[in-house]
Amino acid sequence: MAEKIATRESYGGGLVELGAKYPEIVVLDADLAESTKTVYFKKAYPDRFFDCGIAEQNMVAVAAGLATCGKIPFCSSFAMFASGRAFDQVRNGVAYPKLNVKICATHAGITVGEDGATHQCLEDMGIMRTIPNMVVLNPGDDVEAKAALRAAAEHKGPVYMRFGRAPVPVLFDANTFKFEIGKGQILAEGSDVTIVATGILLEAALAAKELLANEGICAEVIDICTIKPIDRDLLLASAAKTGAVVTAEEHNIIGGLGSAVAEVLCEGLPVPMRRVGVEDQFGRSGKVPALLEFYGLTAENIVRKAKEAIAMKK
Amino acid sequence: MDSTKLLELKKTAVNVRKWALTAVYKAQSGHPGGSLSLADIITYLYFAEMKVDPKNPADPMRDRFVLSKGHCSPAYYAALGLKGYFDVKGIETFRQIDSIFQGHPDMKGVPGVDMSTGSLGMGISAACGMALAGRDKYRVYTVLGDGECQEGSVWEAAMLAAHYKLDNLVAMIDFNGLQIGGNITDVMNPTPFDKKFEAFGWHTIVIDGHDFEQIEAALNEARTVKGQPTAIICKTAKGKGVSYMENNYKWHGNAPKTEQYELAMNELNAWEVSLNG
Repeated sequence: MAEKIATRESYGGGLVELGAKYPEIVVLDADLAESTKTVYFKKAYPDRFFDCGIAEQNMVAVAAGLATCGKIPFCSSFAMFASGRAFDQVRNGVAYPKLNVKICATHAGITVGEDGATHQCLEDMGIMRTIPNMVVLNPGDDVEAKAALRAAAEHKGPVYMRFGRAPVPVLFDANTFKFEIGKGQILAEGSDVTIVATGILLEAALAAKELLANEGICAEVIDICTIKPIDRDLLLASAAKTGAVVTAEEHNIIGGLGSAVAEVLCEGLPVPMRRVGVEDQFGRSGKVPALLEFYGLTAENIVRKAKEAIAMKK
Repeated sequence: MDSTKLLELKKTAVNVRKWALTAVYKAQSGHPGGSLSLADIITYLYFAEMKVDPKNPADPMRDRFVLSKGHCSPAYYAALGLKGYFDVKGIETFRQIDSIFQGHPDMKGVPGVDMSTGSLGMGISAACGMALAGRDKYRVYTVLGDGECQEGSVWEAAMLAAHYKLDNLVAMIDFNGLQIGGNITDVMNPTPFDKKFEAFGWHTIVIDGHDFEQIEAALNEARTVKGQPTAIICKTAKGKGVSYMENNYKWHGNAPKTEQYELAMNELNAWEVSLNG
């Protein structure tokens, strides 16, 4: 069994490392530092940490003001409040003037668990993806989260990053892992169907590949961490090879990875497609495995949808 | 304040009003009422208060300004143009498709604009960020509308500014008493501003926002305040300087037609002449 680390832990630890490299980095939080794990940065660099209280709108616009003065603000809250409560500030205060602010949202998706629907943001990638100038990153494990965080710090401009609460397996090798904003990667080559997965669904996608292989179906698995700008070339090349695509994400099937991939395929190479995600519903309280099962964010559901997509091939 | 400085400020403020109205007239769109109530405040800030250099608008050590009531961009652009950030005549293209002078201030397009604003309640937060970044280095000024103070995020910012003891931050409230829907006290009473800011931990001063000597005294006082941000409640008249616009909320967001524009310019020209008299 692979080691399990929540990507919010990767974020908190990664921020401390970045803080040493970039003296301009400052961190803002809205009373959730213990949960978002910015508390590690707070302890390492108390003079560069600003708690803004439970006031996310103000926090994001304060970050914008700091960025106009040459700072690199990372501001954190739960995905619900970072993308929802503070949307206007993110759009008008950060993205419109293209300020160098990183919105780092933890507790994304249903794996928030017991807190339930009000805290389980399933819309954030869709919301953030529609804002011009915004880069949207959704890493799937500890290694990818830290690499994406480093890339976000190097990128000049707004970035929305999404991290999870629940521990997830470490899938990648930190010594060999390469990350570039805008580039997806093929995790496994295949010929019959492409599974495009993001975030914590990577594990289920790789498991689905094995299940499909047992039935003689050879699936290609692609990891898309950068939801925007999405890796159009990689997606089109894979669709051309396999002729069928399934997406998998911990997000509403409307607006997120599934929608982004559908946009690319519809305009570039229409092939049969299915989406695995939360099917336009709100979340609910529960334990993480039960929630993943309840909403169909499983390898078995990916297998089912993959077969549907394959059956639609002409 | 010596009489030469006072006269120059008064003349500049009349010119800010003329250019602001001209921009709105040419565009047949924009917000003249609040631009006219803002004119004296913005004139004092750019021509007597702030350490800024139009030849070096990106100087990292400059004082910062955020127009939190971004819809009053005509007066802001006029002040920046007259200060020398660009040819003020350029603002005749205000709100046109090929213009840098967007309806609301765009820091990416207009030299001298320190923060893009327009969505109300946000500029004061950005000003807090600037003041945090610039402690002991520069001062930060923001002007809010009185109606704007109905936005809850204004008070989130007010809390933060006091909490972090941002004594390099000054928020000026353009208290003209009117918003797009009528009297601020009828729409949703945001007063008393002084007591509210005081309760949030700010130093507060109430002045006549059209009296340069009072503006000067208040800003000088703000410089002496340690450990607290300062809120200056500026009592103003919406539409100040144009008789038919004064204290009439209908001129919040309407452009004058040709005859109205000519009448307004005649009044403002007469005001300017009277200053020389």
